[in-house]
Amino acid sequence: MDYALQQLLNALAFGAEYSLVALGLAVVFSIMGLVNFAHGEIIGVSAYSVFLAAALGLTSPIVAVLLAVAAAALAAIAFERVAFRPVRYAPTTTGLLTAFGVSIVVQNLFMLLISPKPQSVSILNGLNQMWFFGPFAVSSLQVMELVVSGLTILALVLFLNRSTLGLAIRAASRDFATVRLMGIRANRVIATAFAISGALAGIAAVFIIARRGSVSPDLGFSLVLKAFVACVIGGFGSLAGAAAGGMLLGFIEVGLLVALPQEYGGFKDALTYVIIVALLVYRPEGLLGQRVELGDKEI
Amino acid sequence: MLTVDNLVVRYGAVTAVRDLSLKVGRGELVALLGPNGAGKSSTINALTGLVTPASGRIVLDGQDISRVRTEDRIRAGLTSTPEGRHIFANLTVGENLRLGAATRRDPKGVRQDIERFLALFPVLSERYGQAAGTLSGGEQQMLAIARSLMSRPKLLLLDEPSLGLAPKIVVQIFDFIGELKAEGLTLLVVEQNAKQALRFADRVYVVSAGTLRHSGPPAGLADEHGLFNLYIGG
Repeated sequence: MDYALQQLLNALAFGAEYSLVALGLAVVFSIMGLVNFAHGEIIGVSAYSVFLAAALGLTSPIVAVLLAVAAAALAAIAFERVAFRPVRYAPTTTGLLTAFGVSIVVQNLFMLLISPKPQSVSILNGLNQMWFFGPFAVSSLQVMELVVSGLTILALVLFLNRSTLGLAIRAASRDFATVRLMGIRANRVIATAFAISGALAGIAAVFIIARRGSVSPDLGFSLVLKAFVACVIGGFGSLAGAAAGGMLLGFIEVGLLVALPQEYGGFKDALTYVIIVALLVYRPEGLLGQRVELGDKEI
Repeated sequence: MLTVDNLVVRYGAVTAVRDLSLKVGRGELVALLGPNGAGKSSTINALTGLVTPASGRIVLDGQDISRVRTEDRIRAGLTSTPEGRHIFANLTVGENLRLGAATRRDPKGVRQDIERFLALFPVLSERYGQAAGTLSGGEQQMLAIARSLMSRPKLLLLDEPSLGLAPKIVVQIFDFIGELKAEGLTLLVVEQNAKQALRFADRVYVVSAGTLRHSGPPAGLADEHGLFNLYIGG
């Protein structure tokens, strides 16, 4: 029972983290058609901001959390302004290559300006404790990951359904030209989408720092690959799909770890992708994706 | 209200609109007629700024808006209901209307306007919470026009409001356009369906192959059967 509960929590916590990062990718992709592979470096900027602040004497974990989220949102807005806006109307591949470029430049900045080696950050270690519920011992970090991700997704859903900017983001995912015809500034919609995407990455960064207790130049990259996979499973461009895909990926990974005998544990990633490929054979558009309909004459 | 001088729109080597000049006076309903591919939609898209003209001048209410961004043209009081309706299919009817009022800062007035359109189009009221993509073509057109009106424009550009709709619905849509004119709204209506467009038009421009072929009162146009058949047909 204890073991099953622990594995369930593992799956939920992994899934929640993938969902957060996948949602960040999906929000930007849904309106820009841009797969932002520099999303991992937004997590990186967030983590290094906390590292630097701690090195300069910051001790409050709460301030560190706020700093992580704010730094990530600002980094995302800055990436858009500096790198993605000039290529906004260029072919999709240009945006993709730009994102890789940003990713490489920022990772190298971390290496040159700070260090290629992992740096220890202990300010958020307090988040990672054992909590005891009667006979059960659970990781506080995993519980928080699950709860915070749930609340964040709820807040995002409310924002997208209630606020004018949120409605504009949903509308822009299908028809950006017509959103501009409503007098809504394209730059504002896009900057908001990037800010949301960044804030989600910042929340993920907090959990990564708390779990690892260190930062390294490539800390976001592998997570973004996982998030990309989650988006593909869920249907690229669908926000609900990204959240569901992230959760499903968490469950597949933990499920395989549990199911596979110890000595075959190394096959976990390979089998994960086999399952995903099988899924995509039956549903090429992903779980919740839709084929995009183009009108008879798109503007 | 609107003055267009020597508008030229090019897509690469193709010239869609050549040296087009037109005027729309305050309170007028002006029809821009022409066959498919005449450059009508290109003209509208140049007016809203979604397409950047190669040359020409666009003046709205004495203000040169040729270099103004689309968003700011809408804020200046010009709105367009695009060809093919372009309602936000994944949003509800109510959300579509709310987005139409995105530039307004008077929530009370916005609510009143929404209620007015719901009373005017009861079917929109019935489907207020439903995804707009589930509406029929005619209902979508009504929603698209209502959404444009939510910004309280001075000038409404309607691009092919009859496109793809049943004749009975087209008559209803144009009845409504006639009411808008009676209320004092200034309209520029682009159409292939000349018969309906001429019902309420004060003046008519005829374009074909990107060039202005005729301008004048609708009566004159109906008489000149040669011109009518040559460029419009039917």
